Amino acid sequence: MSNSDNQTELQKTMLGQLKASQRKKMIFNLVVLALLILAPAVIYATFLMKILCFALFAVAFNLLLGFTGLLSFGHAAFLAAGGYTTGYLLSSYSGLTTEMGIIAGTAAATVLGLLFAIVAIRRQGIYFAMITLALAQLLYFVFVQAPFTGGEDGLHGVPRGHLFGLIDLENNVAMYYFVLAVFLGGYLLVQRIVNSPYGQVLNAIKQNEPRAVSLGYNVDRYKIIAFVISAGLAGLAGSMKTVVFQLASLNDAHWHMSGEVILMTLLGGTGTLLGPVVGATFVVNLEYQLSQGPLGDWVDPILGAIFVITVIAFRSGIVGEVQKFVKKNLN
Amino acid sequence: MQDTMSDQFVLETRGLVKEFKGFVAVNDVNLNIQRGHIHALIGPNGAGKTTVFNLLTKFLPPTRGKILFNGKDITSLKSAAIARRGIVRSFQISAVFPHMTALENIRVALQSFEGNSFQFWKSGASLNKLNERCMELLDSVGLADFADTITVELAYGRKRALELATTLAMEPELMLLDEPTQGMGSEDVDQVVELVRKAAEGRTVLMVEHNLSVVSKLCDRITVLAQGAVLTEGDYQQVSDDPRVREVYMGGTATPKQETAE
Repeated sequence: MSNSDNQTELQKTMLGQLKASQRKKMIFNLVVLALLILAPAVIYATFLMKILCFALFAVAFNLLLGFTGLLSFGHAAFLAAGGYTTGYLLSSYSGLTTEMGIIAGTAAATVLGLLFAIVAIRRQGIYFAMITLALAQLLYFVFVQAPFTGGEDGLHGVPRGHLFGLIDLENNVAMYYFVLAVFLGGYLLVQRIVNSPYGQVLNAIKQNEPRAVSLGYNVDRYKIIAFVISAGLAGLAGSMKTVVFQLASLNDAHWHMSGEVILMTLLGGTGTLLGPVVGATFVVNLEYQLSQGPLGDWVDPILGAIFVITVIAFRSGIVGEVQKFVKKNLN
Repeated sequence: MQDTMSDQFVLETRGLVKEFKGFVAVNDVNLNIQRGHIHALIGPNGAGKTTVFNLLTKFLPPTRGKILFNGKDITSLKSAAIARRGIVRSFQISAVFPHMTALENIRVALQSFEGNSFQFWKSGASLNKLNERCMELLDSVGLADFADTITVELAYGRKRALELATTLAMEPELMLLDEPTQGMGSEDVDQVVELVRKAAEGRTVLMVEHNLSVVSKLCDRITVLAQGAVLTEGDYQQVSDDPRVREVYMGGTATPKQETAE
């Protein structure tokens, strides 16, 4: 039975290591949080909010791609559904407080997500991606024609209004902290989901779906729930974006947007929680920097080239590669 | 009459047929799997063995016929529901979750009965109470030392052992093993034979197996499939003495592909 003694010894040291790594993680998180809180003193707040909105969008998308193994090529639909719903409601009903508009936008995207999921979930791989793309294109043409979206012009001058009827969101700093709080909420929700018993099943489905079925899991139901949550959070990102920029446009519904979120996620690293955030930051920054300089017309080809290089050479993305590097050199 | 039958047989199929666009892969198969037996399904390549497994677990829908489990018609149930009833299968290619630890592999199976699998708001630490049972199961297949090893790094034989332990975690009444010794060296094969023998205590096993020495060591009863239909059934002696069985294995078959010695 000395074997079991050894084992408890081993477990103890492992537990110690675990605690140490948890402490490191906590310090890292606190530093990042502090930076995020201080950031608007240094960087233009609207730019930061743009990054946070796209980061939330990518985190939502990654719940599917990174943690369930589903590639949706129609996530622009949810971003736009959230954005248009919130934009239309806040423009049309001045009595509505901002958070009501945002909740409504999120709810609209959630319901839409359920409809998409029911149609697409039984298909796998490329067929799943194509069905989500087709549904999103369908919705795009609805948005072009529908009276409440403003068609080609989009919705402009959406009032930011007052949060809870109290805090004036026209103040950019107040708006920033609101966006930051919503982003952190979404991020922590996804983190919780990924580490929950439910997240374990998603992971199992991602790694070996037939085996998960043979262990008694009704995988369609698990996938539908993940899809709906992802769509809802993408809608939330769209709603926030509409409030920040005070506009909702067809750009958000275009399939370019579905492609862009895939790019952000793959670039940052799919298997990680932080990856999509880093990817979104990178892409938004790059687009901004390029549009300032002489290469403004070359944004798409440059992003495309970066995408190709990432997929070929750095398959685990920025965060994944950094993690590998740290593991190799610090342990 | 069905009641007395169900006492004796865990699983029965009645006139099971699977057609793929005119090609009959499984043709009018009637199986009777006796409770407590290790029952082998053998036959040359393309005989329809794996297709039968897929039909029994509803990974494919049968074209015609009935499947009875403990005398109850389960033909219309879905795969996941069948697994919950107690028919759990393994796969030809080792079915593990490659990027989980060995322990986590088993825990996913145990979690299936916990009723918390939709709780996306709950902490993952709530699963740790299953770890003890996971260790018992790992120990039973000799993998206790590998509990924290990422599965993809395990040797092939150990992956198969892990797969077996995961299947056992479901406490299946009927275990379907699809070629448990496929691709193994002879020492590993002996080990798997022992594992299957141990695992079969108190339950029924239906296995597809090419290795006839494994079949002779383990199995109480053997059904021979050829071209989708049951050729014969009996114990090892009866089956190996049957000239028709030799014929399908040794040549003279209508299938263009010659059977290689496996």
